[in-house]
Amino acid sequence: MSAAVPLWVEAITGLLLVASGLFSLTGAVGLIRLKDFFRRMHPATLAYTLGAWCVTLASIVFFSALEARLSLHVWVIIILLAITAPITTILLARAALFRMRRAGEDVPPPLRNGT
Amino acid sequence: MSPLLSGAIWVTLLCYAIAMTLALVRLLRGPSAQDRVLALDFMYVNSMLAMLALGIRYASDVYFEAALLIALFGFVSSSAMAKFLLRGEVIE
Repeated sequence: MSAAVPLWVEAITGLLLVASGLFSLTGAVGLIRLKDFFRRMHPATLAYTLGAWCVTLASIVFFSALEARLSLHVWVIIILLAITAPITTILLARAALFRMRRAGEDVPPPLRNGT
Repeated sequence: MSPLLSGAIWVTLLCYAIAMTLALVRLLRGPSAQDRVLALDFMYVNSMLAMLALGIRYASDVYFEAALLIALFGFVSSSAMAKFLLRGEVIE
């Protein structure tokens, strides 16, 4: 198994994986250290985009080298996350805005026609 | 599997574990409910990334399907909880 993958492929895979881990860790540190909910939404996105991209590219490189053919099925994860992460973010931001307005905190007022 | 790649995967999984622990602190301590939902969503994505890293570690395709399922359930549960925070009910 190990002889099938050349060393430079393993180097690229390892580099991408460590980069993904560091992006994810940065996002978590931001999630714990920032003051405000709307500020905390930004670092969490680091794991959804850069972390997922790096680990998916590492997976594609590794499995393509292992099976000696182009193996792109992990791409589905990125497509799924690219569709679902903005929806979740928008819903959560709207919910937070709604709840903060009801609690009387200092947030932007609603527009004239609805939210 | 050379020691280079297995060491890299070890470091990556350690990073994911620390990130999930920090998110768990935010989940338990978060001042408002939306903070908790955000932290839970972050933990879902982190566990999905850990599944993909484990798939590279064991050179197996089964972990990919587990990661896909975790991503799908994470989306459904996070949007359902955001809807619950918005309206007080999930399906109206």
